[in-house]
Amino acid sequence: MKKFIYTLSAVALLSFSQSCKKDSEFLNKQPTNTLSVDATWKDANLVLSVMGDLYDRFPDFQRVESWWLYTDFDEGFASAGGDYFRHQNIEYNYDSWNYWDYGYIRDINLFIKRGEESTSLSAADKNRFIAEARFIRAGVYFEMVKRMGGVPIITEVLEYDYSGDPTYLQRARAKESEVYDFIISELEAVKGILPNAANVQSRASKAAALAMESRAALYAASIAKYGASTPSVSLAGGEVGIPATMAQAYYKKSLDAAKEIIADGKYTLYNKNPNLSENFASLFTDKGNNTEMIFVKDFKLKTNKAHGFTIENQPRSSAEEQQGGRLNPSLNLVQSFEKLDNTFASLPNVDAAGNTLYYTNIGDIFTGRDARLAGTVILPGSQFKGKTVDIWAGYQLAGGATVTGDNFGQIKTNVLPGNTGAVQVVGGDGPVDGLEFSAQSGFYIRKFLDPAAGSGQIGTRSEVWWVRYRYAEVLLNAAEASFEMGDAAGAASYLKPVRDRAGLTTALTGTQITFDRIVHERKVELAFEGHELWDMKRWRLADKVWNGNSMSTADFTNASNIGSSTKQSTQVYGLWPYKYYNPGDPNHNKYIFKVVKPSRVTAAHRFRLGNYYSFINQDIINRNPKIVRNPNQ
Amino acid sequence: MKTRYFLAIALMVAVFVSSCKKDNYDAPEVDFNGRLVYKGESINVQYGNVNFELWQPGFGNNGAINVNVNQEGGFSAKLFNGNYKLVFSANQGPFLWPKNVAGRQDTIQLNLNGSKTMDIEIVPYYMIRNGVITAAAGKVNASCKLEKIITDANAKNIESVSLYVNKTQFVDGSNNLATQTISGAAIADLNNLNMVVNIPSIVPTQNYVFARIGVKIAGVEDLIFTPVSKLTY
Repeated sequence: MKKFIYTLSAVALLSFSQSCKKDSEFLNKQPTNTLSVDATWKDANLVLSVMGDLYDRFPDFQRVESWWLYTDFDEGFASAGGDYFRHQNIEYNYDSWNYWDYGYIRDINLFIKRGEESTSLSAADKNRFIAEARFIRAGVYFEMVKRMGGVPIITEVLEYDYSGDPTYLQRARAKESEVYDFIISELEAVKGILPNAANVQSRASKAAALAMESRAALYAASIAKYGASTPSVSLAGGEVGIPATMAQAYYKKSLDAAKEIIADGKYTLYNKNPNLSENFASLFTDKGNNTEMIFVKDFKLKTNKAHGFTIENQPRSSAEEQQGGRLNPSLNLVQSFEKLDNTFASLPNVDAAGNTLYYTNIGDIFTGRDARLAGTVILPGSQFKGKTVDIWAGYQLAGGATVTGDNFGQIKTNVLPGNTGAVQVVGGDGPVDGLEFSAQSGFYIRKFLDPAAGSGQIGTRSEVWWVRYRYAEVLLNAAEASFEMGDAAGAASYLKPVRDRAGLTTALTGTQITFDRIVHERKVELAFEGHELWDMKRWRLADKVWNGNSMSTADFTNASNIGSSTKQSTQVYGLWPYKYYNPGDPNHNKYIFKVVKPSRVTAAHRFRLGNYYSFINQDIINRNPKIVRNPNQ
Repeated sequence: MKTRYFLAIALMVAVFVSSCKKDNYDAPEVDFNGRLVYKGESINVQYGNVNFELWQPGFGNNGAINVNVNQEGGFSAKLFNGNYKLVFSANQGPFLWPKNVAGRQDTIQLNLNGSKTMDIEIVPYYMIRNGVITAAAGKVNASCKLEKIITDANAKNIESVSLYVNKTQFVDGSNNLATQTISGAAIADLNNLNMVVNIPSIVPTQNYVFARIGVKIAGVEDLIFTPVSKLTY
């Protein structure tokens, strides 16, 4: 017994003394799975990984990772079961597109503060990191101001003192113009620190800063100028709305920033392929020495940074999975690509008198158009990955009846007069109304679709990058700013290279440049690149284009107002090819085209004045009573 | 065995009864009804597009209760008894809502103690008078007069006047089969407005349509309408 007690006490003593020592050490032990701030800021590579996180959170509204957002604005039709509702809602919610991310702002401010305090990094590294963080912060404020109007500008790290009174942390909204001024001054301040090299594309460069500055100043300028047409979209304190007197100064800043990029001469329009449509398509997919791209979100295969845009949107008949074809560009967009003689026209499915026109080849109806059309959209009869897409809706019989199917490439027997055999009655890509993944508008998307083998497989995915800023947009910014400053000839000269690349070789003269032209050029050049909503908002055209009124086939046959900036686009329409079947007739086996409205399109989009600036959530206002509400909500 | 069943049943009864009491709050059961009126006349609007907010102070964080106005200008809400503040947010509706001295939207005190019917008096920019809509020979004919109510510095012009025809009772810019629009610039006489629109073919066929006139006021988002007319032909 005694022995046992001794042993026990010895064990107890040992373990207590051991554990006591260990506990105290334990509390001071450095964690092995996270790095301390001090340790991180000793090594440029570690800081770069923190920087990578900040870049990864850079906000975009539309992106290749979210194809469905393009369909909300009638640029495209959502050919997927769960997304038809996008064509069945009349109004956009007041809180659509809202963005209020001060957690991110705080992380950036912390990064900047720690960067300034660090002593171990080389001055060059340190300055570049801080400049990049300020570039990102400017981008975040740009995103907030274009969605919400003026927001509080926080440039330091706010710390709560646990006193029970947070009022000293509550900041009022800055004026909308002040936020734009802040963005412009920040970008001006960092542009000289950032590298001025065209191969820096997924990180901030001098041109990226200038391109963002050019765009931001252009937005501010047009809000100042065109905001006058919607006087109720403003607040007395200037949190929303910019005085018209400030427009010219912003236009000049936008032009100056664009000119600086042009003068540096590091960037060129992508022009590697003499086939202009192919060239325009590969502009977005060619990542080798592509000096048009200024700032991108990059992706990489065999990492978790790859995306499924090609899986989701590849033509169904040649798909590498049993899916694809979700995003169908609308006829609204397709018909707005102009003819090579710089005029606008509907696609000629009927002549001026209303008689049906017959085409020998399915693609003939699209000939003589802007090369960007075939570079942006997969047209019936065109190719992707070397395979011709199979888009045709069925047979048109002489009597007016149609023969068609309800599944991809369906084969029926004894359906055509005088032919008892089995025939395919609908294309392998549709269109079949209401069948998801079929080309329900008659078109598939081409822009950003990856031509690499395997890009349509779930196991591989795609590394095509998402373009945030590219040189062509800089030229369009310069053209718009020049035009608004009264220099139409200058605007024409900036537009010329962009239009030359599209095969529109008859140059526009200064007198031909109108506001409608500027709007049109951005619409077709920058389609599916996330510009449409913001452009329409800043020009105050959104409530006219998405006016909630229904459309009809008259808007798509021999329409006369296609080039108009206020042309309504509230419902997606499509253009379906049919084969004409009438043996003995000279038009037998030729193609005809019909303007159709997909049956899933039931409502007309309506953009209300209250949508110009998104609703600020009530809980944000409850936490900070200094925040004033946006107008019209 | 039997006792076990009894026990089980007793337990279930106990659990259900007590849980019902403990978990559930009373539903709001006070009705608040009314119409938007100008001097006793209903203001007709597009359904789902005009709404006002009810705020009830004194319960921690604020949150608005949105109340939608239907196309005849009526509204109804189920609420709790209490004191509310009623407000239209800025630029709602085809009317001018008064502002307080600070330049913000003014509020109406609303004290609910039992169900209440209350018409909200508002001042529209225009009123549509003598609206007459008839159907004859495959056409809908409409005529009306417009009376400018607000004539001071806040006065606004007419952007357009439209006649809408639909096969259901919901008739407005988003829901129509046929429209005829007169732009504001083309209006010579506010006291003499006439519109005609062909009745479109309707599938399945029906021998009636609904129609009404809407007036779009420049710079004001919501239209003001006449009451919906059901026209049998």
